[in-house]
Amino acid sequence: MSAKVLEALKKKLGDKLLATESAHTDDTAVIDRATLVDAATFLRDDPEMAFDAPVFVTCIDRLDLGLEPRFEVCFQLRSTVHRHRVRLKVPLQEKDPVLPSLTPLWPGFNWQERETFDMYGIQFDGHPDLRRIYLYEEFVGYPLRKDYPKDKRQPLVRRDDLD
Amino acid sequence: MADTKTLVLGHKNAEDFDRDEPIPNELMTINMGPSHPAMHGTVRIVLTVDGERVEAADVQPGYLHRCFEKEAEYATYTQIFPYTDRLNYVSPMLNNVGFAMAVEKLLDLTDQIPERAEYIRVLVGEISRITDHLTCVGASVMELGAFTAFLYALKAREWFYELLEELSGARLTHAYVRVGGVVKDLTPDFKERLSHILDKLEPVIVEMEGLLTENKVFYDRMVDVGPFTAEDAIAHGLTGPVLRACGVDYDVRKDFPYSVYDRFEFDVPVGTRGDCYDRYLVRVFELRQSIRILRQAMQQIPEGPVVIDDPRVALPQKKSTYNTIEAMIRHFKHIMDGIRVPAGEAYTFIEGGNGELGFFIKSDGSGRPYKCYVRSPSFVQLSSVSKTMHGHLISDIVPIFGMINMIGGECDK
Amino acid sequence: MLELVTTRLEDAANWGRKFSFFTYPFVTACCGMEFMSVAAPKYDIARFGAEFPRFSPRQSDLLMIVGTITEKQGPALKRVYEQMAEPKWVIAFGVCASTGGFYQNYHAMPGADQVVPVDVYIPGCPPRPEQVLDALVLLQNKVQERRGFSQVRHEREKHAAGGE
Repeated sequence: MSAKVLEALKKKLGDKLLATESAHTDDTAVIDRATLVDAATFLRDDPEMAFDAPVFVTCIDRLDLGLEPRFEVCFQLRSTVHRHRVRLKVPLQEKDPVLPSLTPLWPGFNWQERETFDMYGIQFDGHPDLRRIYLYEEFVGYPLRKDYPKDKRQPLVRRDDLD
Repeated sequence: MADTKTLVLGHKNAEDFDRDEPIPNELMTINMGPSHPAMHGTVRIVLTVDGERVEAADVQPGYLHRCFEKEAEYATYTQIFPYTDRLNYVSPMLNNVGFAMAVEKLLDLTDQIPERAEYIRVLVGEISRITDHLTCVGASVMELGAFTAFLYALKAREWFYELLEELSGARLTHAYVRVGGVVKDLTPDFKERLSHILDKLEPVIVEMEGLLTENKVFYDRMVDVGPFTAEDAIAHGLTGPVLRACGVDYDVRKDFPYSVYDRFEFDVPVGTRGDCYDRYLVRVFELRQSIRILRQAMQQIPEGPVVIDDPRVALPQKKSTYNTIEAMIRHFKHIMDGIRVPAGEAYTFIEGGNGELGFFIKSDGSGRPYKCYVRSPSFVQLSSVSKTMHGHLISDIVPIFGMINMIGGECDK
Repeated sequence: MLELVTTRLEDAANWGRKFSFFTYPFVTACCGMEFMSVAAPKYDIARFGAEFPRFSPRQSDLLMIVGTITEKQGPALKRVYEQMAEPKWVIAFGVCASTGGFYQNYHAMPGADQVVPVDVYIPGCPPRPEQVLDALVLLQNKVQERRGFSQVRHEREKHAAGGE
């Protein structure tokens, strides 16, 4: 659908573009976290690309698939002008889940990065206000990781009159 | 003899009144929620106010986080449909359709869904959109004090609930759509009843508009409240009626047509100022466009099967399940293991009631998704609300919050 | 003899209470839509005297917990319940508020009765409006017969105080 986006990225980044995938009408570019901000700025500011709308941020935990590195953070972008879409994937190791935040470029990623931090524990450098969004501050752990059991509750209050 | 000002304000305050420097005051922190009278969802807003004027708003969602993604990783694809119903619970069929389309994209079956099933999906999807807009407008104006318009909207919504209850068995959370089609065909008198209801709905919309659109009080409370420029709206990722009210013509049904939406003629209402009044008008006009689509769909709908004829995806017929061993085993495997979706990942998006509703599904080849992420429009819209509240009065929070249609189930997943 | 008089007075008071519930709708989720339908003209809850929601717990006596309660919401629910004056009753509306429903995970509380004592449970996802009206009638019977949690607690405390 938007193969020219992937070609333009390949031309701009050269061999810093780790891989590209095109499947089910989606185009994905896998890049390293060091080149993320450059690639994102190019995608936003270049008039041929003009990716002005953020769509979503999420993370895939590949622990059960047995793949390394464990985390893959996905950013999906959309262009209102040219009507094409692209997905950027950044692989991260388990011991070092830090990557630069794209909130300064697109304010729409603000809460979605907070959600990814809340659910998976991914730290976003340069995010204005990185704290938990869905869960309460006293919650320990990151629930959407594959090693967190579904039923492990951490209650805040319970009744005190049941005996 | 004291002058009038001293008599009215008192001696001390009359002195203050004449002073040039401002009266000292300090910012106050007020908590709104999480349990509050607004009908839309449970959210907590910690306001920092200067008198009545909001200086900063810290919006805290998550009070309805029901762990859709974690539950989806433990359920088969068909078992996830009831969970999707409860995402945007005022337009449940649209979530069902979106999820079904996402799984079909991974199965590469998007072109093979029977036409009748596609038309039925459009019919129930647009009915859900009508209930969404009726609930949003009705509940929002009730919070402003227009109780009669709320009752009219609810009266109209009841007709649709009864119709969908006959069709699917439940008034609100239907789970009617399946991967590969829909669960069963329309009831025999569905088309007559639907056109009768649409004929009854049009005067109700006229009545509601008559109470609200030209009403000076309503106008003053909604115009220039919470405006957004088009560039800001796009950079924040807004979609749906909120974005269209800012003047950006983006509707997934027109720009990336899916299902059979390219066969219908309908308009996309676009606003100018991006404030609450325009969002209200966009929703009311979209009600009329949904009625148009429904009438055309009812005329064009063909006969045929309602589920794809593919043994990998569809449950076998009851007659063969009870009489042949192969069908029984297939039935068993479908229920216990789920539909086996080949490994891969895909992002599918539809025009939900609030904007671009997307499902990002990653499959590992088994009958349960490896990851199922919902791109919920309400979450994105709520993130932009704290910016619009700045500088407005506390009582302006009510129309702002109501008109972005923050549905708790979708926002907190 | 005195007890007969006070019992009759109490019955009369309960008759008044049961026909004029001031509800505090603690609405969180999808059941809120059915709560709106119950209050709407077709399934009119006003026939039973319970139509006007009081949006402050200090002015209400019936807490309707409508929708899923999550762990994050627990302290807020407890605080709202404690702010209500006696006698007070609680209805758990919907299966999420009764037992957690089909949300058995790390955040949805398995029922609102983990935090507050509940008098009537309404199953259903969401329950039909007729079920809600039936539950209201059951609660009315409970109120008249002095079997609600807060009424029983009050009796127990009165006897404990009178016994000493």
